[in-house]
Amino acid sequence: MVIGNSDVILSVKDLTANVDETPILKGINLEIKAGEIHAIMGPNGSGKSTLSKVLAGHPAYEVTGGEVSYLGQNLLDMEPEDRARSGVFLAFQYPLEIPGVSNLDFLRVAYNSKRKHEGLEELDAFDFDDLVQEKLGIVKMDAAFLNRSVNEGFSGGEKKRNEILQMAILEPKLGILDETDSGLDIDALRIVANGVNQLAHSNNAMLVITHYQRLLEYIIPDYVHVMANGRIIRTGGKELALELEERGYDWLLEAEAVV
Amino acid sequence: MSIPSTSVSVTSSAAQTRAAYLSHLLALAQRSETTLPWLRELRDHAAVRVQEQTFPSTRDEEWRFTDLSDLLAVELAEVGGAEVQAAKLAELAKFYLPEADQSRLVFVNGIYAPQLSSLHHLPEGLTIGNLVNLPEAAQQHLQTYLAKQTGAEEVFTALNTSGLSDAAVVQVRKNLVVETPIHLLFVSTSSPALIQPRALVIAEPNSALTIIEDHVTLNEGVYFTNSVTEIWLGDNAQANHTRVQRDNLAAFHIGKTAVSQARTSRYTCTVVNLGAKLARHHLGIHQTGEQTETTLNGLTVLHGEQVGDTHSTIALTKPYGTTRQIQKNIVDDRAHAVFNGKVFVPKEAQLTDAGQLNRNLLLSSKARVDTKPQLEIVADNVKCTHGATVGQLETDEVFYLQSRGIDADSARKLLVHAFAYEVIESIPLASLRQHIQL
Repeated sequence: MVIGNSDVILSVKDLTANVDETPILKGINLEIKAGEIHAIMGPNGSGKSTLSKVLAGHPAYEVTGGEVSYLGQNLLDMEPEDRARSGVFLAFQYPLEIPGVSNLDFLRVAYNSKRKHEGLEELDAFDFDDLVQEKLGIVKMDAAFLNRSVNEGFSGGEKKRNEILQMAILEPKLGILDETDSGLDIDALRIVANGVNQLAHSNNAMLVITHYQRLLEYIIPDYVHVMANGRIIRTGGKELALELEERGYDWLLEAEAVV
Repeated sequence: MSIPSTSVSVTSSAAQTRAAYLSHLLALAQRSETTLPWLRELRDHAAVRVQEQTFPSTRDEEWRFTDLSDLLAVELAEVGGAEVQAAKLAELAKFYLPEADQSRLVFVNGIYAPQLSSLHHLPEGLTIGNLVNLPEAAQQHLQTYLAKQTGAEEVFTALNTSGLSDAAVVQVRKNLVVETPIHLLFVSTSSPALIQPRALVIAEPNSALTIIEDHVTLNEGVYFTNSVTEIWLGDNAQANHTRVQRDNLAAFHIGKTAVSQARTSRYTCTVVNLGAKLARHHLGIHQTGEQTETTLNGLTVLHGEQVGDTHSTIALTKPYGTTRQIQKNIVDDRAHAVFNGKVFVPKEAQLTDAGQLNRNLLLSSKARVDTKPQLEIVADNVKCTHGATVGQLETDEVFYLQSRGIDADSARKLLVHAFAYEVIESIPLASLRQHIQL
């Protein structure tokens, strides 16, 4: 929801970044306020995923210019783990499998690293278990998943739901979903989208990166941005997504070329 | 020309040094005493085998990547007895396993330590103890097994036999399933010493047992452990064997596990190598009947300048045998891991299924691994696979954990643990799995 005078959570100005010395982001400008859901769409190779990785602090992406302010802090100066502890959450397109580390233990370590950062006491296994049980319903996950190794042997849909469960527990200020919908069947998509909707509220913001309009039928964005060739070339409301679905990206790319 | 003659003289002097060292080892081994005539005969025979051979150098194919030169510089002495200082007893007790609290044999410097061993409430039909204290009839019976495995003539195995004065013995009678795990704890306290632990395990037909063989130290000085374990599995017998090596970082450790598997027997071995400056373990599996199952799980973790060498030889000589082998090496700093996995499948061994995988995780740019799968297959209707991978921790993996608030160091530790997990998980005792948290 767009709220008139709510706080700015993320402000990106003229952000440029390289991967292996190839410029991928070529001047991104984006402002996200509390309560808002932003969607970024765009063709393959437009830099959508790169933007999400840069915001989360992936070391392979080199920022070459511009500024990113997160809750008034310089985000680019922070280590990836500090960004996470401060409330930036990236749901991965390809979540990692970690054999031998139970999902429950992993969630607890992540949760407690955030608590510690906030100066709060860490939760013990029992109290944490209560918290997790409460959150499982958000992504309709069976408790049996908690005792399995992180993502090991999970189906594609289960991995994505597990990402949303992590998000539910870490309660981010800024949730970034990197193509969380890709590879999901419609049932899993509904569960994931429904989970995100339950987690979005007036004090946080969501940045949803997707290739398909389909997800945006379930997660209704306040703004839709179209990225191409490392820049945001068009910003509109949710109706822009529908237009893209109908007409594709070519008309926008051509318009861009003419300009 | 003087250059060639110089190089010849260097070679021959190196050879002389090795020959002298082998004599030094043999003389030390033979200082241990025995009063049993049959054992004396066995020892003398082995001593001749030792004398016929040379101390290995990197020119020997089997020792190409594992250089024993540093050992040559160590002058060893006799072991100082089986005493453990009172002050060290608490430290020793940390190695005791609650699951095997009444089924523990302790050998200190290769010598039986009855005061530290604990044998209570064990089933009838299980013979457990040290060789020389067993009844004469039992000793007679063991003569057909002791030092009779394939490969007994190999130089370090023969060296162990040449000084054999006692051994840990576990024998399970036909049809008996021993539920209690049996803990063979080999402790070194003596330095500089030649320590030669020996174990003999016999599982008669249809019997089953779990053995934990643990090599530990209470000592920071240099010593050389030369250990031999022989395992005989009768028809349809089952053994789950865990071998842990955690010698100190000054020590040298050469270990042999020789296993003979009769028809439809099942052998699982989990080997965890953590310690020693230089460690070499040779696991030899010899199949004597059809349809055996063999599962080998290995984990070697090395830091500093450690060398850890795993050799395995699996001889499938009959039809329908299956083997599953995974060897994982985690190598940091300037350490060096070696893996050589031989699988022999002669013409008679039709319809066998052999799988081997060696995975290596290098944590430093100076770490090194030499891996050599070696499959010799003559039979034409078999399934044999092997693979070897070498990798590092991927930035993407570390980043995933960082993005959940876990710092980079802890993330790396967690990923190393995850890599090792598959092997650690196969250790049947929870308490030992806890001990081996990396």
